[in-house]
Amino acid sequence: MPAGSLLALLARRVASLGLTLLAASFLVFMLTQFSPANVARETLGAYALPEQVRALTRSLRLDDPILLRYARWGGVLLGLKADPLQDPRLGLHFTDPRGARYFGNFGYSTLFRAPVADVLWSRLANTALLGALALAVIVPLSLALGILAGLRPGGLLDRLISVSAIAMTSVPEFALGVILVAIFSVALRWLPGTSPLTTGAGWPLASQLVLPVAVLAIYDSGYVARMVRVAMIEVLGQPYIRTATLKGLSRRQVILRHALRNAMIMPFTVLMLQINWLIGGVVVTELVFAYPGFGRMLLQASLFGDVALIEAATLIALSIAILTQLLSDIGYWLLDPKARG
Amino acid sequence: MTALLAIRDLRVEYASARRPVLALPGFSLDLAPGESFGLVGESGCGKSTLLLAILRHLGPGGRITGGAIVFEGQDLLTADAAALRRVRGGRIALVPQEPASALNPSMTIGRQLMEVPMQHQRVGRAEARERAEQALADVRLPDPRGAMARFAHQLSGGQQQRVAIAMALLARPALLLLDEPTSGLDVTVAAAVLDLLTALSETYRTAMIAISHDLAVVARLCARIGVMQAGEMVEEALAATLFAAPRHVYTQALLAAMPRLGGAAPRTEAPPGETLLDVAGLSKSYTVGGGRVRALEDFALRARRGAMVAIVGESGCGKSSFARVLAGLQAADTGAMRFAGRDLAGRTLAARSPREVAAIQMVFQNPETTLNPAHTVGQPILRALRKLAAPAPLPLAARLAALLEMVRLPAAIGRALPRQLSGGQKQRIAIARACAGAPDLLIADEAVSALDASVQATVVDLLRHIQRARGTTILFISHDLALVQAIADEVVVMYGGRVMQSGPAARLLAPPQHPYTAALLAAVPPPPGAPRAAIRLRGEPSDPRHPPAGCRFAPRCPRHLGKLCDDTPPPVQVTADGGRIACHIPLPELALG
Amino acid sequence: MRVGRSGVAFVGLALILLWVVLALAAPWLPLPSPTAQDYAAFAHPGPSAQHWLGVDPLGRDTLARLVWGARVVLLLAPLSVLAAYAVGCTLGLLAGYYGGWTDALISRASDVILSFPVVVLYVILIANIGPSAFNIVIAVVLAAAPGVGRIVRGLARRLAAQDFIAAARLRRESGLYIMVVEILPNCRGPLLTDVCIRLGYTTIMIGTLGFLGLGLPPPSPDWGGMVQQAGPMLTVYPAMALIPAGAIISLVLGFNLLADGLSEAP
Repeated sequence: MPAGSLLALLARRVASLGLTLLAASFLVFMLTQFSPANVARETLGAYALPEQVRALTRSLRLDDPILLRYARWGGVLLGLKADPLQDPRLGLHFTDPRGARYFGNFGYSTLFRAPVADVLWSRLANTALLGALALAVIVPLSLALGILAGLRPGGLLDRLISVSAIAMTSVPEFALGVILVAIFSVALRWLPGTSPLTTGAGWPLASQLVLPVAVLAIYDSGYVARMVRVAMIEVLGQPYIRTATLKGLSRRQVILRHALRNAMIMPFTVLMLQINWLIGGVVVTELVFAYPGFGRMLLQASLFGDVALIEAATLIALSIAILTQLLSDIGYWLLDPKARG
Repeated sequence: MTALLAIRDLRVEYASARRPVLALPGFSLDLAPGESFGLVGESGCGKSTLLLAILRHLGPGGRITGGAIVFEGQDLLTADAAALRRVRGGRIALVPQEPASALNPSMTIGRQLMEVPMQHQRVGRAEARERAEQALADVRLPDPRGAMARFAHQLSGGQQQRVAIAMALLARPALLLLDEPTSGLDVTVAAAVLDLLTALSETYRTAMIAISHDLAVVARLCARIGVMQAGEMVEEALAATLFAAPRHVYTQALLAAMPRLGGAAPRTEAPPGETLLDVAGLSKSYTVGGGRVRALEDFALRARRGAMVAIVGESGCGKSSFARVLAGLQAADTGAMRFAGRDLAGRTLAARSPREVAAIQMVFQNPETTLNPAHTVGQPILRALRKLAAPAPLPLAARLAALLEMVRLPAAIGRALPRQLSGGQKQRIAIARACAGAPDLLIADEAVSALDASVQATVVDLLRHIQRARGTTILFISHDLALVQAIADEVVVMYGGRVMQSGPAARLLAPPQHPYTAALLAAVPPPPGAPRAAIRLRGEPSDPRHPPAGCRFAPRCPRHLGKLCDDTPPPVQVTADGGRIACHIPLPELALG
Repeated sequence: MRVGRSGVAFVGLALILLWVVLALAAPWLPLPSPTAQDYAAFAHPGPSAQHWLGVDPLGRDTLARLVWGARVVLLLAPLSVLAAYAVGCTLGLLAGYYGGWTDALISRASDVILSFPVVVLYVILIANIGPSAFNIVIAVVLAAAPGVGRIVRGLARRLAAQDFIAAARLRRESGLYIMVVEILPNCRGPLLTDVCIRLGYTTIMIGTLGFLGLGLPPPSPDWGGMVQQAGPMLTVYPAMALIPAGAIISLVLGFNLLADGLSEAP
């Protein structure tokens, strides 16, 4: 009963991943809001008087135990409770066109002086574009390199690809960004050095995406290609490959029919985990290229101490990471008959 | 008649760090069409190399540096890639060792089989599917159509081996190469596979080269046998001649090491010492993959001090579970296990006294994992002396040397690392380690089954020596009934977690016997020429998570009575000479055999 | 020695040693102070007789900052990886050997940490507890220990099922003895490679934190920070950013090549 067991697997995984998400978001909440005075101060800004901070702490009930505050925050997020910051009696002038109570209410960003929901989603879309393009490069590139290298371990092509892959994973994203800008925009003037996604400076939008995508793709491709190579070598050494050869199949048939699918099982999981790496990578890449995305926003929020935005951004980053884990479980289930029992 | 295969002075080398290793210095063999040839030798003697050389697929580092292999008039050593592909799988097919890893894990059985006719006979998919299904039926796989859609891991070991045989025979090859065709299979399953191979080779008149470490296996399959040692064929003869008059010392040693039914070695006639171990009603279950597996149920056993008691059964019968419960590595669920007067059943190591722990020690099955690769082999013995042995005036080093001498190893070996030792030496170290605390009871859990035949015999010898010289009670756990009946005083036969039959070793060989005991005996390959026992078991052990309600053996029993066996647990019947048989069939009827 | 046989590992080792020697010799090298500002050099910040690799936007000698910066990286990276290993090995051994509830608790907690994108974890952590050498070590331990723990757990689980562990239990060895003496030495091989990879990755992380402005507080010489500070000058003096970037790359490459050589060696 394969369908039933997939459902069972999904139910189990969703439950466990949901718990992970809950625990992780609580961790972030603890980290950012541990000191109540901090929250009030960040909300009011640097020039607030101590009395104002005390007053806000009182009216927001920031002295309550952290678990209680976390539950309240969750209530606001799910639209069960009104956002206390929007209470006009506080005099903060926080207003949200959606009202004080809606699903997905992450609160008010003190950095951008706007509801988090206004700031978040457009930047997330920009980053999704960047990530999708990067993945579109990483997957074929790393598979091709890894398979080619793994076919003849120790051969010239393998040595070449392996050393290149190691070199690719040895260049931090920020260093790669600086190098690519120095070459392609400073020296050659082929591509823009910044990617604000506006056409004011005369660069078409597509040209602004080339360097950021390259930075994201190069580091990860090296990493994934090495995984694919190892998997390929391991599979080619398995007895069932010998069985296939001794059946009289040609090398081509052996590799295409018997090796590839088995060699994809391990890298597939790795590839899905790359999305988690990409989220981290975009923080750096977006900073290098002044790209108006989610990663740079998270960094700005962290440096500024915009707790509502940090909380929202990490929750979303975590959700994406956890969703890809789920996808990788499903993919693994489809790829590997053993996982199906 | 021209030879089907003629190998002349075949020389194979493997590249290694220093200089090439000569695997086959100059091997020659002629095989007529339809002839079967068996090659026996211990691991590393070059027999697998020969099979792979015939198929020109030696793997990394292997090179054929001389000689000729002429098959059907064509020299394979000069054949081009296309010609080789036609031969491989088409004219010469290999049944690989360990089918579990030789079948592609992510491709259905059906597609793997269909590849063969599509490749060699150029037939379409529908025709290939039909032939594949027929091939599965030919190897008597239950439900061939269903099996086509399944994956290798969903089949049992015996079924995987049948699939591998079907795959090899699909293109009707002229030569079948069998690489250890029964290794890893339970004895009753192995016997059925050997029957199948014999029948198929008679049907198709396929020539055959079978290699094995087990002389009995090749003798069962092949008319002519070669004995191989270090790359050389030291003796070659017809099977019957070889058994009757072996010429080479190595062949003589192999034959001597081969346990034979009824050929019981002079038994110790152990004085009936007091009861050391008395187990009754012992049960143990595990949770595995969402189900409960009852590894032991209502298990009973008695061992007198100084005796050798054997537990026999196939994999999963519960014999190792009992060993682990007895040693205290796991706790029993219910039941009593009185050892020297004290009940140990519910107590694991942590709850046992130091003396109780030292009193029961164990030698494990796998020589490769029995020693810590990070420590010298003397280290665990020294630790055992320190933690378990009674204080003695002698220095530890002297006591270590004495223990090593007892297991017939030089004292200097204590400083070696496990990887420098052979399998047999490792098991000797494990025996020395277990004996350090002077145990009253030594458990040998399949302690010799991973060893080559000649080594096996010497280690068994050592255990019997310890039994005699130190008065140690030995619990010898094995799947090999022929070996057990030759050395043990008492034997317990297990199936599916339950005792089928128990009693004095000699009692096993003659009726009345439990039908399972009879089947186990029938599975022991007789010497060539001797009449072949006809009892064969159907199928394979049932899923331990869903055992039958009645007799555990009922689904495979050749003397199955019907609903009674399926639904009601059998009564234990006591024979006149002290044997106990758990069966519904009355003793007089069982005595008819 | 295993490293000697692999040319790749040798190159890696040489790169690492180069920086180790420079870092150790820093106080005795004829270099200006890494924090001294040379206002005269502003006119020509590129390489000169006084400043072999030029100066940074504040007029500080780039070579001196690289060499002194190497001391920071080569102290912080090994220290934090070591601390992460101490925590990770302990957790992994406990989870792998004891299994059951211990394992469930440790593994679930690790899953929570591992579900964070690493850079995001570093950023929110350092932004909240403040940038300092000690806090960087804390952050690396928090981010890396679960990964180490997971590897060790897997190895320990496999080893714990082997007969020599049962044999040790049969001679009444304690759990601590079994974990430390019987299991841990057998994890050495896979962990050795992992240590090198993690050293390289931690070097990247420390550089990245510096680049994001979350590294060591100024004026400490910090390679990532040097790249960041030179960023605005990229169009005029690209070398100012490229030189520290190259330094980081060379060190990471060293660790990664060494790791590759170690994993290929038999």
